[in-house]
Amino acid sequence: MRAVVWISEGTWQACVDEAAAFLPKDADVTLLHVAPSDVEEFAARGPGRLLGRHPPPPPPADPPLRAVAEEEAQALLADAQTRLARPAHTVSRRGRVEREVVAACASADLLVLARDGEARLGPKSLGKHTRFALDHVPCQVLLVWPEAPPGIETIPPPPRDHH
Amino acid sequence: MSEAVALIVLAASLVAAIARPRWAPDWAVAAGGVILLLATGILSLHGARSAVSDLGPTVGFLAALLVLADGCRRAGMFEALGGAMALGSRGRPARLLAMVFLVAALTTAVLSLDATVVLLTPIVFVTAARLRANPRPHVYACSHLANSASLLLPMSNLTNLLAFQASGLSFTRFGGLMALPWLVALAVEWVVLRRSFAGELRGGAPRSARPTDRPEVPWFALAVVALALIGFGLSSLIGVAPAWIAAGAAVVLALRERAPVSEMARAAQPTFLVFVLALGIIVHAASQHGLSSAVASLMPHGTTLPVLLAVAGISAVLANLLNNLPATLIILPVAASSGAGQVLAMLVGVNIGPNLTYVGSLATLLWRRIAHAHDHETDLGEFTRLGLRTVPLGLAASTAALWLALQVL
Repeated sequence: MRAVVWISEGTWQACVDEAAAFLPKDADVTLLHVAPSDVEEFAARGPGRLLGRHPPPPPPADPPLRAVAEEEAQALLADAQTRLARPAHTVSRRGRVEREVVAACASADLLVLARDGEARLGPKSLGKHTRFALDHVPCQVLLVWPEAPPGIETIPPPPRDHH
Repeated sequence: MSEAVALIVLAASLVAAIARPRWAPDWAVAAGGVILLLATGILSLHGARSAVSDLGPTVGFLAALLVLADGCRRAGMFEALGGAMALGSRGRPARLLAMVFLVAALTTAVLSLDATVVLLTPIVFVTAARLRANPRPHVYACSHLANSASLLLPMSNLTNLLAFQASGLSFTRFGGLMALPWLVALAVEWVVLRRSFAGELRGGAPRSARPTDRPEVPWFALAVVALALIGFGLSSLIGVAPAWIAAGAAVVLALRERAPVSEMARAAQPTFLVFVLALGIIVHAASQHGLSSAVASLMPHGTTLPVLLAVAGISAVLANLLNNLPATLIILPVAASSGAGQVLAMLVGVNIGPNLTYVGSLATLLWRRIAHAHDHETDLGEFTRLGLRTVPLGLAASTAALWLALQVL
């Protein structure tokens, strides 16, 4: 069985813990991190958005934002591997997060991912990218609550009956 | 005929600034345009001289601010601000956003929009990444505040510098009238961003600031900036133009940081200064040949709330069509003839309006779509949706706050 565990900043511990608990011992585990390249490029290319400005380039001592993002992704994957405490591949991708996650699951049997929205029952418990991945991955899915699952009382009320 | 030529020269300069062709830099096109207008007699030498004497102090002030911000960068001010944001966040993304608001609002107000976009935004990205917080809400907040938090002081935005000169307001009166609109703009941004990114900002980031994230506080640079601010406040009392105070602060900080003169000159961005000066002269020529009367026929008169709302709205639309710098140059002479209230309402429009698109204007956006169809950076529909939520609300609320300030102060 080939399993992909989607490691993202806010919810990775829960994903790793559930993967460790539920995946069979012989599963081939891949820890996946995807960096959204658009935010980083947006932050780096500010001067290009200001009419007429041509500020001097940053001094060579400043690491490019991409290097910082990649370093942090590697550190996060290393922490996830330590927490998982079993052999696993690590994969770091960049680009449109939701598309990259789906692409990374092309030949997987299972994706482990976490809810990243509101902490109550209902569709808003899934963020936009998580929703997209859940709806489009071509494999089985293990969907994890990042904290203890909310109680049944948080379910939205039923729609009013119109007679 | 003269009007058509002046408008074509203006259009060519803006196209060069937006498309940035290597073979025709914007400043050279604009400067060439001025020479053409002089050679054809469309612009008289006298007219050019009076435009230069109008714009000269503003361009000097701008140069001083650019060098001052660069001195702050050399002194490590922005790394220190990154460290302060990380510490203040206490590992919680929502608190980090509050820190980004505080720091970006003050940086923009004191060191200008350019400092926030060019120097602070990358630091905000690095700070969020190091804290393992999703950088998107924080980077977008920083980018939005570079515009909407630039209402407060004359030096917060180049548009304000131009308007400050034309409005005849003192530094303290400008800041006093704009304080409430500024706070209201910040409040609108806070509420909308907090709601739009509720998921990303929930809970705690698993990592708090590390000892290496605590750079030294650049006390000298902070003191220079604080003294400059006090000087700006006293400028009309002591009879010294704020530009000279900014220049003094910039030189003191550059000497302390031992910045080579060549690098100080580069930090002042001479090509940008030439562009601003030349664009100002071109708009002056176009205004004399009919542009002003065309704008005047569009603009309402008076300082009632509906009039101020209309002025802010027209200014925001023009800023979104062309960019806020040409929009300011075009509207300013007309607004100034109706008094300081209209000038400040125009600033609300040209400063908050550009948040509608992530590149500052529809013209730039269109160009990017054509030139870089497969660029990741253009994939920012989310940023546009955020702009649609903040800009109309921010424009209306800040203009109402301005109207109130004009009644009370």
